[in-house]
Amino acid sequence: MKKIEILGIGCPNCKKAEEEVRKALTGLGWKEGQDFTLTKVQDMAQIAARGVLMTPGVVIDGKVVSTGRVPKAGDIISWIE
Amino acid sequence: MNLFYPVRWFADLVTYSVLGLGRETILAEAVHFFIFDVIKIFLLLTIIIFAVSYIRTWLPAEKVRDILARRSKYVGHFLAGLLGIITPFCSCSAVPLFLGFVEAGIPLGVTFSFLVSSPMINEVALVLLLGMFGWKVALLYVGSGLVIAILAGLVIGGLRVESLVADFVFKTRVQSAYHGQELKSRERLEFARDYTLSILKKVWPYIIVGIGVGAWIHGYVPTDFLARWASADKWYAVPLATLIGIPLYSNAAGVIPLVSALTEKGVAMGTTLAFMMAVTSLSLPEFMILKNVMKTRLILIFATVVGAGIVFTGYMFNLVLK
Repeated sequence: MKKIEILGIGCPNCKKAEEEVRKALTGLGWKEGQDFTLTKVQDMAQIAARGVLMTPGVVIDGKVVSTGRVPKAGDIISWIE
Repeated sequence: MNLFYPVRWFADLVTYSVLGLGRETILAEAVHFFIFDVIKIFLLLTIIIFAVSYIRTWLPAEKVRDILARRSKYVGHFLAGLLGIITPFCSCSAVPLFLGFVEAGIPLGVTFSFLVSSPMINEVALVLLLGMFGWKVALLYVGSGLVIAILAGLVIGGLRVESLVADFVFKTRVQSAYHGQELKSRERLEFARDYTLSILKKVWPYIIVGIGVGAWIHGYVPTDFLARWASADKWYAVPLATLIGIPLYSNAAGVIPLVSALTEKGVAMGTTLAFMMAVTSLSLPEFMILKNVMKTRLILIFATVVGAGIVFTGYMFNLVLK
Protein backbone atom coordinates (compact mmCIF):
# COMPACT_ATOMS: atom_id res chain seq x y z
CA MET A 1 0.00 0.00 0.00
CA LYS A 2 1.33 3.39 -1.03
CA LYS A 3 0.93 6.32 1.33
CA ILE A 4 0.48 9.53 -0.62
CA GLU A 5 0.27 12.98 0.91
CA ILE A 6 -0.60 16.27 -0.75
CA LEU A 7 1.02 19.24 0.98
CA GLY A 8 -0.75 22.58 0.64
CA ILE A 9 -2.91 25.04 2.50
CA GLY A 10 -5.94 24.64 0.26
CA CYS A 11 -4.98 26.67 -2.80
CA PRO A 12 -6.66 25.81 -6.15
CA ASN A 13 -3.55 24.02 -7.44
CA CYS A 14 -3.42 21.83 -4.32
CA LYS A 15 -6.96 20.63 -4.99
CA LYS A 16 -6.03 19.98 -8.62
CA ALA A 17 -2.95 18.03 -7.54
CA GLU A 18 -5.10 15.84 -5.30
CA GLU A 19 -7.55 15.17 -8.14
CA GLU A 20 -4.76 14.35 -10.60
CA VAL A 21 -3.17 11.83 -8.23
CA ARG A 22 -6.50 10.16 -7.52
CA LYS A 23 -7.35 10.03 -11.22
CA ALA A 24 -3.97 8.59 -12.21
CA LEU A 25 -4.07 5.85 -9.57
CA THR A 26 -7.69 4.82 -10.01
CA GLY A 27 -6.86 4.77 -13.75
CA LEU A 28 -4.33 2.01 -12.93
CA GLY A 29 -7.15 0.06 -11.31
CA TRP A 30 -5.96 0.87 -7.80
CA LYS A 31 -8.49 1.26 -5.00
CA GLU A 32 -8.27 4.06 -2.49
CA GLY A 33 -8.00 2.68 1.05
CA GLN A 34 -6.84 -0.70 -0.27
CA ASP A 35 -3.94 -0.02 -2.61
CA PHE A 36 -3.21 3.57 -1.64
CA THR A 37 -4.13 6.26 0.86
CA LEU A 38 -4.39 9.90 -0.07
CA THR A 39 -4.18 12.47 2.73
CA LYS A 40 -3.97 16.23 2.76
CA VAL A 41 -1.39 17.93 4.94
CA GLN A 42 -2.50 21.49 5.60
CA ASP A 43 -0.48 22.35 8.68
CA MET A 44 2.14 24.91 7.66
CA ALA A 45 4.80 23.76 10.11
CA GLN A 46 4.33 20.21 8.83
CA ILE A 47 4.66 21.35 5.22
CA ALA A 48 7.84 23.28 5.98
CA ALA A 49 9.24 20.38 7.99
CA ARG A 50 9.17 18.24 4.84
CA GLY A 51 11.43 20.79 3.17
CA VAL A 52 8.71 21.93 0.76
CA LEU A 53 8.87 25.62 -0.21
CA MET A 54 6.33 25.80 -3.01
CA THR A 55 2.93 24.21 -2.72
CA PRO A 56 1.45 21.87 -3.78
CA GLY A 57 3.96 19.26 -2.69
CA VAL A 58 3.48 15.58 -3.41
CA VAL A 59 4.91 13.03 -0.98
CA ILE A 60 4.95 9.28 -1.62
CA ASP A 61 5.82 7.00 1.31
CA GLY A 62 7.49 9.89 3.10
CA LYS A 63 9.58 11.03 0.13
CA VAL A 64 8.98 14.40 -1.57
CA VAL A 65 8.64 13.80 -5.31
CA SER A 66 7.32 17.10 -6.62
CA THR A 67 6.75 20.68 -5.51
CA GLY A 68 5.28 23.87 -6.89
CA ARG A 69 3.24 22.37 -9.69
CA VAL A 70 0.29 20.15 -10.48
CA PRO A 71 1.80 16.77 -11.35
CA LYS A 72 0.97 15.01 -14.61
CA ALA A 73 -0.54 11.52 -14.72
CA GLY A 74 2.57 10.10 -16.42
CA ASP A 75 4.85 11.50 -13.71
CA ILE A 76 2.66 10.18 -10.92
CA ILE A 77 2.74 6.67 -12.36
CA SER A 78 6.52 6.74 -12.80
CA TRP A 79 6.97 7.88 -9.17
CA ILE A 80 4.81 5.03 -7.96
CA GLU A 81 6.92 2.46 -9.80
CA MET B 1 8.04 49.96 -33.08
CA ASN B 2 8.91 48.27 -36.36
CA LEU B 3 8.68 44.89 -34.75
CA PHE B 4 4.94 45.35 -34.55
CA TYR B 5 4.48 46.59 -38.09
CA PRO B 6 2.41 43.52 -39.12
CA VAL B 7 0.19 44.03 -36.08
CA ARG B 8 -0.32 47.69 -36.97
CA TRP B 9 -1.13 46.67 -40.55
CA PHE B 10 -3.70 44.18 -39.26
CA ALA B 11 -5.28 46.75 -36.91
CA ASP B 12 -5.45 49.23 -39.83
CA LEU B 13 -7.10 46.61 -42.00
CA VAL B 14 -9.75 45.70 -39.41
CA THR B 15 -10.51 49.25 -38.33
CA TYR B 16 -10.66 51.03 -41.68
CA SER B 17 -11.52 48.30 -44.20
CA VAL B 18 -13.46 45.56 -42.40
CA LEU B 19 -15.33 47.79 -39.95
CA GLY B 20 -15.29 50.71 -42.39
CA LEU B 21 -14.65 53.34 -39.72
CA GLY B 22 -13.63 56.74 -41.02
CA ARG B 23 -10.02 57.77 -40.45
CA GLU B 24 -9.42 60.51 -37.87
CA THR B 25 -12.66 59.72 -36.02
CA ILE B 26 -12.47 59.14 -32.27
CA LEU B 27 -14.22 55.78 -32.55
CA ALA B 28 -11.76 54.53 -35.18
CA GLU B 29 -8.86 55.66 -33.03
CA ALA B 30 -10.20 53.84 -29.97
CA VAL B 31 -10.92 50.64 -31.93
CA HIS B 32 -7.49 50.73 -33.57
CA PHE B 33 -5.81 51.27 -30.19
CA PHE B 34 -7.71 48.30 -28.73
CA ILE B 35 -6.91 45.84 -31.55
CA PHE B 36 -3.26 46.85 -31.77
CA ASP B 37 -2.61 46.73 -28.03
CA VAL B 38 -4.45 43.48 -27.36
CA ILE B 39 -2.50 41.61 -30.04
CA LYS B 40 0.79 43.22 -29.06
CA ILE B 41 0.39 42.43 -25.35
CA PHE B 42 -0.62 38.82 -25.95
CA LEU B 43 2.33 38.28 -28.31
CA LEU B 44 4.74 39.74 -25.75
CA LEU B 45 3.16 37.79 -22.88
CA THR B 46 3.46 34.49 -24.73
CA ILE B 47 7.07 34.98 -25.79
CA ILE B 48 8.43 36.48 -22.57
CA ILE B 49 6.60 34.25 -20.10
CA PHE B 50 7.63 31.18 -22.07
CA ALA B 51 11.27 32.28 -22.05
CA VAL B 52 11.28 33.22 -18.35
CA SER B 53 9.54 30.06 -17.20
CA TYR B 54 11.92 27.94 -19.33
CA ILE B 55 14.92 29.58 -17.64
CA ARG B 56 13.19 29.13 -14.30
CA THR B 57 13.26 25.34 -14.58
CA TRP B 58 16.94 25.62 -13.62
CA LEU B 59 16.12 27.72 -10.56
CA PRO B 60 13.42 26.12 -8.40
CA ALA B 61 12.78 27.70 -4.99
CA GLU B 62 14.85 24.95 -3.35
CA LYS B 63 17.91 26.01 -5.32
CA VAL B 64 17.28 29.68 -4.51
CA ARG B 65 17.19 28.74 -0.83
CA ASP B 66 20.44 26.78 -1.11
CA ILE B 67 22.13 29.70 -2.90
CA LEU B 68 20.96 32.30 -0.37
CA ALA B 69 21.87 30.16 2.63
CA ARG B 70 25.56 30.39 1.88
CA ARG B 71 25.98 34.16 1.40
CA SER B 72 27.29 37.05 3.42
CA LYS B 73 24.78 39.70 4.44
CA TYR B 74 25.02 42.27 1.64
CA VAL B 75 25.52 39.79 -1.16
CA GLY B 76 22.53 37.92 0.31
CA HIS B 77 20.21 40.93 0.07
CA PHE B 78 21.31 41.69 -3.46
CA LEU B 79 20.95 38.09 -4.63
CA ALA B 80 17.60 37.71 -2.86
CA GLY B 81 16.30 40.72 -4.78
CA LEU B 82 17.72 39.46 -8.06
CA LEU B 83 16.50 35.88 -7.68
CA GLY B 84 13.09 37.20 -6.63
CA ILE B 85 12.73 38.67 -10.13
CA ILE B 86 12.69 35.30 -11.86
CA THR B 87 11.16 33.24 -9.05
CA PRO B 88 7.47 33.89 -8.54
CA PHE B 89 5.44 32.53 -5.69
CA CYS B 90 1.72 32.47 -5.16
CA SER B 91 0.63 33.92 -1.84
CA CYS B 92 -0.40 30.43 -0.73
CA SER B 93 3.29 29.45 -0.78
CA ALA B 94 4.39 32.50 1.24
CA VAL B 95 4.41 30.66 4.56
CA PRO B 96 6.24 27.44 3.60
CA LEU B 97 8.73 29.60 1.72
CA PHE B 98 9.26 31.88 4.71
CA LEU B 99 9.67 28.91 7.07
CA GLY B 100 11.99 27.09 4.70
CA PHE B 101 14.24 30.13 4.21
CA VAL B 102 14.49 30.91 7.92
CA GLU B 103 15.08 27.27 8.77
CA ALA B 104 17.93 27.11 6.25
CA GLY B 105 19.65 29.89 8.20
CA ILE B 106 18.83 32.71 5.78
CA PRO B 107 18.58 35.95 7.85
CA LEU B 108 15.09 37.44 8.25
CA GLY B 109 16.12 40.61 6.40
CA VAL B 110 17.32 38.67 3.35
CA THR B 111 14.10 36.64 3.39
CA PHE B 112 12.14 39.90 3.36
CA SER B 113 14.18 41.20 0.42
CA PHE B 114 13.00 38.13 -1.47
CA LEU B 115 9.39 38.52 -0.30
CA VAL B 116 9.37 42.08 -1.66
CA SER B 117 11.10 41.57 -4.98
CA SER B 118 9.42 38.33 -6.02
CA PRO B 119 5.84 39.64 -6.30
CA MET B 120 6.81 43.22 -7.22
CA ILE B 121 8.91 42.36 -10.23
CA ASN B 122 6.89 39.69 -12.00
CA GLU B 123 6.82 38.87 -15.67
CA VAL B 124 3.21 39.86 -16.31
CA ALA B 125 3.77 43.35 -14.92
CA LEU B 126 7.01 43.58 -16.84
CA VAL B 127 5.47 42.61 -20.19
CA LEU B 128 2.63 45.08 -19.73
CA LEU B 129 5.04 47.88 -18.82
CA LEU B 130 7.19 47.03 -21.83
CA GLY B 131 4.18 46.91 -24.13
CA MET B 132 2.35 49.97 -22.87
CA PHE B 133 5.18 52.27 -21.74
CA GLY B 134 8.32 51.06 -23.55
CA TRP B 135 11.57 49.56 -22.33
CA LYS B 136 12.86 52.62 -20.46
CA VAL B 137 9.96 52.67 -18.01
CA ALA B 138 10.10 48.87 -17.69
CA LEU B 139 13.79 49.09 -16.80
CA LEU B 140 13.19 51.91 -14.31
CA TYR B 141 10.53 49.77 -12.68
CA VAL B 142 12.85 46.76 -12.36
CA GLY B 143 15.78 48.86 -11.12
CA SER B 144 13.85 50.76 -8.48
CA GLY B 145 11.95 47.62 -7.45
CA LEU B 146 15.26 45.89 -6.84
CA VAL B 147 16.57 48.84 -4.78
CA ILE B 148 13.38 48.93 -2.68
CA ALA B 149 13.58 45.17 -2.06
CA ILE B 150 17.23 45.34 -0.97
CA LEU B 151 16.76 48.40 1.26
CA ALA B 152 13.50 47.17 2.82
CA GLY B 153 15.21 43.88 3.70
CA LEU B 154 18.21 45.70 5.19
CA VAL B 155 15.97 47.97 7.29
CA ILE B 156 13.78 45.12 8.58
CA GLY B 157 16.87 43.01 9.27
CA GLY B 158 18.43 45.91 11.18
CA LEU B 159 15.32 46.33 13.37
CA ARG B 160 15.93 42.94 15.03
CA VAL B 161 12.36 41.76 14.66
CA GLU B 162 13.04 38.11 15.63
CA SER B 163 10.71 38.49 18.64
CA LEU B 164 7.85 39.38 16.29
CA VAL B 165 8.04 36.09 14.44
CA ALA B 166 5.88 33.21 15.70
CA ASP B 167 7.83 30.91 18.06
CA PHE B 168 7.33 27.75 16.03
CA VAL B 169 9.18 29.27 13.07
CA PHE B 170 12.56 28.91 14.74
CA LYS B 171 11.63 25.51 16.16
CA THR B 172 10.68 24.00 12.82
CA ARG B 173 13.26 21.44 11.82
CA VAL B 174 13.33 20.06 8.34
CA GLN B 175 13.35 16.29 8.49
CA SER B 176 14.70 15.84 5.01
CA ALA B 177 15.91 18.66 2.82
CA TYR B 178 14.48 18.52 -0.66
CA HIS B 179 16.68 19.85 -3.43
CA GLY B 180 14.31 19.80 -6.37
CA GLN B 181 13.78 17.31 -9.14
CA GLU B 182 16.15 17.04 -12.09
CA LEU B 183 14.22 17.66 -15.31
CA LYS B 184 14.78 16.43 -18.85
CA SER B 185 14.83 19.05 -21.62
CA ARG B 186 11.44 17.86 -22.85
CA GLU B 187 10.03 18.36 -19.36
CA ARG B 188 11.46 21.88 -19.19
CA LEU B 189 9.71 22.82 -22.42
CA GLU B 190 6.48 21.23 -21.23
CA PHE B 191 6.71 23.07 -17.95
CA ALA B 192 7.26 26.39 -19.76
CA ARG B 193 4.35 25.71 -22.11
CA ASP B 194 1.95 24.72 -19.31
CA TYR B 195 3.00 27.66 -17.16
CA THR B 196 2.57 30.14 -20.04
CA LEU B 197 -0.87 28.75 -20.85
CA SER B 198 -1.96 28.85 -17.21
CA ILE B 199 -0.91 32.50 -16.86
CA LEU B 200 -2.59 33.49 -20.13
CA LYS B 201 -5.75 31.70 -19.06
CA LYS B 202 -5.73 33.56 -15.77
CA VAL B 203 -5.00 37.09 -17.00
CA TRP B 204 -6.72 37.37 -20.38
CA PRO B 205 -10.08 38.76 -19.18
CA TYR B 206 -8.33 41.42 -17.09
CA ILE B 207 -6.14 42.46 -19.99
CA ILE B 208 -9.04 42.66 -22.44
CA VAL B 209 -11.11 44.73 -20.01
CA GLY B 210 -8.10 46.84 -19.00
CA ILE B 211 -7.13 47.64 -22.59
CA GLY B 212 -10.81 48.11 -23.51
CA VAL B 213 -11.36 50.73 -20.84
CA GLY B 214 -7.92 52.15 -21.66
CA ALA B 215 -8.89 52.47 -25.33
CA TRP B 216 -12.08 54.28 -24.35
CA ILE B 217 -10.14 56.68 -22.12
CA HIS B 218 -7.56 57.13 -24.86
CA GLY B 219 -10.23 58.16 -27.34
CA TYR B 220 -12.84 59.96 -25.29
CA VAL B 221 -11.25 61.50 -22.21
CA PRO B 222 -9.69 64.91 -22.87
CA THR B 223 -5.91 65.19 -22.51
CA ASP B 224 -4.81 66.70 -19.18
CA PHE B 225 -8.18 65.77 -17.71
CA LEU B 226 -6.46 64.32 -14.65
CA ALA B 227 -3.64 66.86 -14.48
CA ARG B 228 -5.63 68.94 -12.01
CA TRP B 229 -5.47 66.13 -9.43
CA ALA B 230 -2.51 63.99 -10.36
CA SER B 231 0.20 66.07 -12.02
CA ALA B 232 3.73 65.99 -10.59
CA ASP B 233 3.32 69.09 -8.41
CA LYS B 234 0.45 67.58 -6.39
CA TRP B 235 2.13 66.29 -3.21
CA TYR B 236 -0.71 63.96 -2.20
CA ALA B 237 -0.94 62.10 -5.52
CA VAL B 238 1.86 59.60 -4.82
CA PRO B 239 0.79 58.42 -1.32
CA LEU B 240 -2.83 58.30 -2.45
CA ALA B 241 -1.95 56.18 -5.49
CA THR B 242 0.05 53.83 -3.24
CA LEU B 243 -2.90 53.39 -0.86
CA ILE B 244 -5.35 52.75 -3.70
CA GLY B 245 -2.97 50.13 -5.11
CA ILE B 246 -3.00 47.87 -2.02
CA PRO B 247 -6.37 46.12 -2.51
CA LEU B 248 -5.95 45.68 -6.28
CA TYR B 249 -3.43 42.86 -6.16
CA SER B 250 -5.08 40.18 -8.25
CA ASN B 251 -5.87 42.63 -11.00
CA ALA B 252 -2.34 43.77 -11.88
CA ALA B 253 -2.94 42.58 -15.44
CA GLY B 254 -5.94 44.84 -15.92
CA VAL B 255 -4.59 47.77 -13.94
CA ILE B 256 -1.50 48.48 -16.04
CA PRO B 257 -3.26 49.08 -19.40
CA LEU B 258 -5.63 51.31 -17.49
CA VAL B 259 -2.94 53.45 -15.87
CA SER B 260 -1.12 53.68 -19.18
CA ALA B 261 -4.17 55.49 -20.54
CA LEU B 262 -4.37 57.65 -17.40
CA THR B 263 -0.74 58.71 -17.83
CA GLU B 264 -1.70 60.17 -21.19
CA LYS B 265 -4.36 62.20 -19.46
CA GLY B 266 -2.08 63.95 -17.03
CA VAL B 267 -1.10 61.52 -14.26
CA ALA B 268 2.61 61.97 -13.59
CA MET B 269 4.91 59.02 -14.39
CA GLY B 270 6.30 58.68 -10.85
CA THR B 271 2.76 58.50 -9.49
CA THR B 272 1.94 55.78 -12.02
CA LEU B 273 5.03 53.76 -11.12
CA ALA B 274 4.25 54.04 -7.39
CA PHE B 275 0.72 52.87 -8.05
CA MET B 276 1.86 49.83 -10.00
CA MET B 277 4.43 48.89 -7.37
CA ALA B 278 1.76 49.07 -4.66
CA VAL B 279 -0.57 46.91 -6.75
CA THR B 280 2.03 44.16 -7.18
CA SER B 281 3.97 44.15 -3.91
CA LEU B 282 1.52 45.15 -1.17
CA SER B 283 -1.18 42.52 -1.14
CA LEU B 284 -3.85 42.06 1.51
CA PRO B 285 -4.28 38.29 0.94
CA GLU B 286 -0.55 37.80 1.38
CA PHE B 287 -0.59 39.79 4.65
CA MET B 288 -3.41 37.59 5.95
CA ILE B 289 -1.44 34.45 5.17
CA LEU B 290 1.77 35.83 6.68
CA LYS B 291 -0.13 36.46 9.92
CA ASN B 292 0.25 32.73 10.56
CA VAL B 293 3.98 33.12 11.05
CA MET B 294 4.42 36.68 12.32
CA LYS B 295 2.78 39.19 14.61
CA THR B 296 0.61 41.94 13.16
CA ARG B 297 3.25 44.47 14.18
CA LEU B 298 5.82 42.90 11.91
CA ILE B 299 3.38 42.89 8.99
CA LEU B 300 2.71 46.56 9.64
CA ILE B 301 6.46 47.26 9.73
CA PHE B 302 6.86 45.31 6.49
CA ALA B 303 4.02 47.20 4.76
CA THR B 304 5.23 50.57 6.08
CA VAL B 305 8.86 50.09 5.03
CA VAL B 306 7.91 48.88 1.53
CA GLY B 307 5.17 51.54 1.24
CA ALA B 308 7.63 54.28 2.23
CA GLY B 309 10.09 53.00 -0.37
CA ILE B 310 7.39 53.09 -3.03
CA VAL B 311 6.25 56.60 -2.12
CA PHE B 312 9.84 57.84 -2.13
CA THR B 313 10.42 56.26 -5.56
CA GLY B 314 7.26 57.91 -6.87
CA TYR B 315 8.36 61.36 -5.69
CA MET B 316 11.84 60.85 -7.08
CA PHE B 317 10.61 59.93 -10.55
CA ASN B 318 8.13 62.77 -10.55
CA LEU B 319 11.10 65.08 -10.01
CA VAL B 320 13.41 63.40 -12.50
CA LEU B 321 11.06 62.42 -15.34
CA LYS B 322 9.81 65.72 -16.55
